[in-house]
Amino acid sequence: MTIPSTALQPSPWAATAMIAAIVLSSTAGEVLTAAAMKSIGDLDEIRARSGMKGATRAVVTCPLFLAGVSFLALAFFSLLFALNHLNLSFVAPASASLTLVTNAVAGKIFLKENVDRRRWTAAVLVCIGVYLLAH
Amino acid sequence: MAHPRLSPWQYMVLALVAVCAPLGDTCLSRGMTRLPAITLDHPGTLIAAVFTPWIAVGIGLLIGFFASYLTALSWADLTYVLPATAFGNVIVALLARFWLHDTISLERWAGIVLITVGVGFVAQGPSLTERPASRADRELAP
Repeated sequence: MTIPSTALQPSPWAATAMIAAIVLSSTAGEVLTAAAMKSIGDLDEIRARSGMKGATRAVVTCPLFLAGVSFLALAFFSLLFALNHLNLSFVAPASASLTLVTNAVAGKIFLKENVDRRRWTAAVLVCIGVYLLAH
Repeated sequence: MAHPRLSPWQYMVLALVAVCAPLGDTCLSRGMTRLPAITLDHPGTLIAAVFTPWIAVGIGLLIGFFASYLTALSWADLTYVLPATAFGNVIVALLARFWLHDTISLERWAGIVLITVGVGFVAQGPSLTERPASRADRELAP
């Protein structure tokens, strides 16, 4: 993976740190949001029982969801910061494909999801596919 | 509780997840490139940009994406939903090829095939890992 040449090109370590910040904050956000939605329960059932207002209240009053959204916001601003220093053609595929793999690892460790051989294969295939498509 | 196999409605929610995000990003990109350069000296122009048609449609689509994404996460695993979001990239590439008549390189066709095969792998398996009852289930219990 090569770092694109820009007028003020950051060092490879700085570029790695920027990508790592996006990937880690995005993964934390996705995992916390997923944990929040699992703790709340099936939204379709809640909406059928309490209406859209009840479903919205169940989501926005969940502390895990608020923490997840905060990390997703951090990921967004990390992305903006990285785009200010690096090319989109480098940042987008690198962060999108790495996030898929870190999410699979975090899903297994923190959410105790059954990430079997089928899901690992899919994560790796989609990761390479996203990289090829966005590069 | 959740269902290991998805209903047609749930597949539709996953399709919304896949379609809304890339289309929303495309609308935002199209809207922002049509605007003159925005600087921090005039932050009001950024607020005004929100009310231009392409950006308003883009924001609407991204709100739709987040709502359907949260709904999907309430009955499916994160490692099941995420490949579906990646499939949106394939949809955009195919729209670009057959609607906008863009050229797609061999490398990108390879990416499309890999994502499609990856999503196919996940879709054949169970959507949810069995876990203890959720808050909603506990409230429903007698």
